[in-house]
Amino acid sequence: MAKLLIGNAAVAQGAYEAGVRVVASYPGTPSTEITESMVQYPEVYVEWAPNEKVACEVAIGASMAGARSMTCCKHVGLNVMADPVFTVSYIGVNGGMVICVADDPGMHSSQNEQDSRHYAKAAKIAMLEPADSGECRAFTKAAFELSERFDVPFVIRLSTRVSHSQSLVETEPRQDVELKPYEKNIPKNVMMPAMAIKRHVVVEERAKALTEFAETTDLNRVEDNGSRIGVVTSGISYMYAHEALGDSVNYLKLGMAYPMPEKKLRDFAARCDKVFVIEELDPFIEEHMKALGIQVIGKEAFTMLGEYTPAMIAKAVLGKEPEAPVQADEPIPVRPPVMCPGCPHRGTFYVLKKLGLTVSGDIGCYTLGAAQPLASVDSTICMGASVSAALGMAKARGPEFNKKLVSVIGDSTFIHSGITGLIDIVYNKGANTVIILDNSITGMTGHQDNPTTGKTIRGEATKQVDLELLAKAVGVEHVVVCDPFDVKKFEQVVREEVERDEPSVIIAQRPCALLKYVKYTGRCVVTDRCKKCKMCMKLGCPAISLKDGAVRIDPNQCNGCGLCVNVCPFGAIEKEAEA
Amino acid sequence: MTTNIMIVGVGGQGTLLASRILGNAVIGEGYDVKVSEVHGMSQRGGSVVTYVKFGEKVYSPIIGEGEADIVLAFELLEAYRALPYLKKGGRIIVNEQAIDPMPVITGAAAYPADIAKKLSEKANVTAIDALALAKEAGNSRAVNVVLIGLMAQNTQNPYERWIETLKATVPPKFLDVNLKAFDLGYNH
Repeated sequence: MAKLLIGNAAVAQGAYEAGVRVVASYPGTPSTEITESMVQYPEVYVEWAPNEKVACEVAIGASMAGARSMTCCKHVGLNVMADPVFTVSYIGVNGGMVICVADDPGMHSSQNEQDSRHYAKAAKIAMLEPADSGECRAFTKAAFELSERFDVPFVIRLSTRVSHSQSLVETEPRQDVELKPYEKNIPKNVMMPAMAIKRHVVVEERAKALTEFAETTDLNRVEDNGSRIGVVTSGISYMYAHEALGDSVNYLKLGMAYPMPEKKLRDFAARCDKVFVIEELDPFIEEHMKALGIQVIGKEAFTMLGEYTPAMIAKAVLGKEPEAPVQADEPIPVRPPVMCPGCPHRGTFYVLKKLGLTVSGDIGCYTLGAAQPLASVDSTICMGASVSAALGMAKARGPEFNKKLVSVIGDSTFIHSGITGLIDIVYNKGANTVIILDNSITGMTGHQDNPTTGKTIRGEATKQVDLELLAKAVGVEHVVVCDPFDVKKFEQVVREEVERDEPSVIIAQRPCALLKYVKYTGRCVVTDRCKKCKMCMKLGCPAISLKDGAVRIDPNQCNGCGLCVNVCPFGAIEKEAEA
Repeated sequence: MTTNIMIVGVGGQGTLLASRILGNAVIGEGYDVKVSEVHGMSQRGGSVVTYVKFGEKVYSPIIGEGEADIVLAFELLEAYRALPYLKKGGRIIVNEQAIDPMPVITGAAAYPADIAKKLSEKANVTAIDALALAKEAGNSRAVNVVLIGLMAQNTQNPYERWIETLKATVPPKFLDVNLKAFDLGYNH
């Protein structure tokens, strides 16, 4: 019977069926569950790598050694792995290699809205784009085969709605794919100028062969409904278009996002009076068609921003105005994401806000330290940038500014690319203070192990990176470990470390409150000693609110972490055993 | 035609598991099904929306304004926010729990009063104190299954199908509590 799977799990199923042997990734929403799903297959070696570049290189090595391999990332993860991707394009593959990248139109959980299709074009590799879970499985399986046929890594491009929507998937047993022999092949595998010059010729010839393939493959499918209106689309946009327009138009659904066909597009357009290109984010198909001299309606009728909807498409193509929906008669307060009750980061940001420091931020749950009422974080750029950007700030504005400046970065993010920034600080005589928010897990993406947790993706015990020793080893002489819920001590530590004329690292150590082994007990309650000073309200704890002038702690939300007890200057909040 | 169910709530309330139970309960009936989930930052205490759609053939996994047959709301304010998505003649099933969002906590906004009453002036509403029933079942975290139980009354799916699905979806350790929670919702 068909199974209901999210797109990500279906990609994993497809890779499994194709006989994949090695999968290496770094977590990133909305791609994380592909690699997590691989854990159910004992035949497959699967790992969380320290970052996407490393993950991609592990997959390249496995492919070179003859195994089918895969690496998965979110759109911005592809930026991190871009270096090896552009060169493996020249090298090609031995065992088939697949790179899965999940874009995030609408930025459900991302810092930008980039369109990864540009990478396929820039790196001259091939890209497929499934539209639902069934295609996720089928396209991934096909991609391994095609990767070997064309001697190039194939990219599977997903988007949030494909990755995280469940639909029905028919499954098949795993293919028995032998390891290909490993042969030393310097002209193909050693990319130094003399060899790379020759490989570039191969790359350009391959591009022609792939374009030929795009003309004939079933991956690019025409649905002729006898209409004079044509729609060229791909991925989730096809589903939206079909829901909005049904059989009233003809479709050319591009399952192959790159390279795109030429003749197939011309022939399709020639049968229509009007052709719409429906694609989220950038006008990638549109520009290709316009470059071929085909008249199309694209972004002038749609948008480059956010996600599309069937209603938006019905309006643009059919001029159909939606009926006015039932509305509330008053404004509805927004509900932005917040740090969870018991979140260890809350203690850290409470202190940083109190001290009025400039906070160079990073990527993780702690980006929420920029939200009201803590509003402590000053900047967020990309993984690892909190450390290196703070060095730039300090070099630009001098020592006095640096004494009011800290970086905050999670344990996993620090390993990903914060350590290189820290080395830069030490090497170039910076005096920054870096706070590593060590919550013992990769939090935001849903609790993945990492090199600091002492466990592999399969939960097996392994060596654990000691952050304290690591910081000392790169030359930081002042390393302090402190519990951010001990707010008095934490404040004192931060005051002392930012004053130094040398680099320092504070490891703010307390595990994520959502970890199964973290068991806070009891509830926090406000006693009649409360002076309504509202100091506890500054924590931004979702359990604490002001009702009719009195501070109240919602017993259904409070998990008894006790941070508010530590913060109250009048000892007016007490821990009470659970009823 | 598809049946469109929109599940709304606050990150951490268990909407994701609810949508999975719902999705798996209807595939047994031979429908095409799509379930759209939310992961990542939006899960951290923010508004969370998941969609379950089933019918002969489902294309888009998302539900637009005016398209939901049922809005299953885990929290009052989120029910109110989802109102424009309800189809004319559709039903809102709402848990009477109120959870203040951060702008209300900081005093930047006010939590609207009497939401259940205002909703019932504009739509068919079934309100329930799912938190109390979840506690009665033995675990305050079973709010999601109480609501699934209540919603199950409004579908054609046989009772046994729901129980089978619960057994297949819920961790064995929590099965008893969840079966009890389901019944409390179903018989409400």
